Amino acid sequence: MTEYKTVFGSLAHYDKGRVEVINDRPQNYVFSNLFEVASRAKPWEKVAVAKNMEYVIEAIRAEGVSPWRIAAHDEFALVMDGRVTIDLLDPDALRVDANATGSVAVTGEPTGTPMGQIVATRGHQCLLPANRCYRMSAQEPSVLLLQTIVGPDTVQRWSEICLKN
Amino acid sequence: MTTTEEQAVQATEPNEHGYRSYTLGEFSFGRDEHFAHIEWPTGRHVMAVEPFLKALMRDIAWNFFYGTVNFDSVIGTINHYGNVDLFAGRFNEDYRKAEIDHLENFPHEEIKATFEAMLGDWVNDSFDPFAAPQETGSAYGDKNGDNTAAVTRTRVTAQRMVGLPEDEPLRSDESGYPVNRMFADVDQGEPEVRVEPGYEKEVAAFSLFKYLSRSDVTWNPSVISVCKDSLYCPTTEEFILPIIHGNDRVEWFIQLSDEIIWEVADRETGRPRANVIMKAGDCAAMPADIRHQGFSPKRSMLLVWENNSAALPGMIARGETPNVPVTF
Repeated sequence: MTEYKTVFGSLAHYDKGRVEVINDRPQNYVFSNLFEVASRAKPWEKVAVAKNMEYVIEAIRAEGVSPWRIAAHDEFALVMDGRVTIDLLDPDALRVDANATGSVAVTGEPTGTPMGQIVATRGHQCLLPANRCYRMSAQEPSVLLLQTIVGPDTVQRWSEICLKN
Repeated sequence: MTTTEEQAVQATEPNEHGYRSYTLGEFSFGRDEHFAHIEWPTGRHVMAVEPFLKALMRDIAWNFFYGTVNFDSVIGTINHYGNVDLFAGRFNEDYRKAEIDHLENFPHEEIKATFEAMLGDWVNDSFDPFAAPQETGSAYGDKNGDNTAAVTRTRVTAQRMVGLPEDEPLRSDESGYPVNRMFADVDQGEPEVRVEPGYEKEVAAFSLFKYLSRSDVTWNPSVISVCKDSLYCPTTEEFILPIIHGNDRVEWFIQLSDEIIWEVADRETGRPRANVIMKAGDCAAMPADIRHQGFSPKRSMLLVWENNSAALPGMIARGETPNVPVTF
């Protein structure tokens, strides 16, 4: 009987696929690999790897301690590699415009009520609730996928990360 | 001809194999031991009944999905979000040249009622159209009971995130979702969550990979988290996507584990455009003017990402949406 092995990727090892063009342009598939993107990113840089109108999925290299951030809408962080700790804070004062999209960095150390903490490893998905402050930390380089909306800190460098031939 | 089920469903008495035949507009559907037979005023078509039922199952469960659901190169539906086209040969260049293609539009509830009645009647006791080939009985043979539980599964549609209080539940042995045989090596650990009193609805996390390892269906995207109109719809895939999905909007795939090979063709003609080989960590868009079908050699985890904006159908109808998500 076959013994099945489930293959996940990581910063240390990923096997990138490809686009075999028959009658098309490879650019139309906006093809990248999130581990490759994270391996070349700065810590906490929010690099878009998927975009649909105003919505994005960002690949984030988690390393060290992030600044506190906040968004006017829910976001969701999925750990794809490593181990990430997330602290959540109910701020004393609203720190983001209700119509703002994506998250923004909080200036200085926010004050408020601690809400709790999440320690997540590969495959764990975490709610980053609207209008709450969050801070992430990772002792070893880790990778997150963030379900969010294009914001002021979203990095779009498609020509650098995507297959072109 | 007698009317059964609801008013809109036109069905015959059972034939010699025990199955009813159905009429929808000028289309008729019949089955025997092996095949589904579809007829329309200018032509006819036959499909092996197993792939037909697998496609029919997805079309119903996904509420006719986004864009076109091709059962094969001839038969399918187009969702207009309130009404639905049923077609034969509409996206087959040769059928159109021969002028034997046919298309009729139906109110959503009318076609849904007929398809549901047909699926309920034509699926036998041991067959599960959502299951992987090695995890179900046969679709073939004379009428032999039914499998109502399998064909009326409710699609998971989280309102905020799976696992939150009052939202879709997590999966466990106790709730009837054992780990799939191909995901026996997937870590079943949950995140450590420490919640201060009063924040139980906001401090939340769950193991998506554990959740997916316990999925009992294949090729069935389910909503697990919602960021306004951005829907995460992960799914587990094994064998072949039973439909050929014709996009009406950009769709994204993030390969979470293992590998899927996508055959991509022109939406209108079916002419091949590309093969997209996706491995763990790969991200790829499906353009809005293609059709695609996936092949997953081992059961894999795929994150399907959809934009469910209510403004999109109107924008699509007016030709205001781009075929590709970004240009560079």
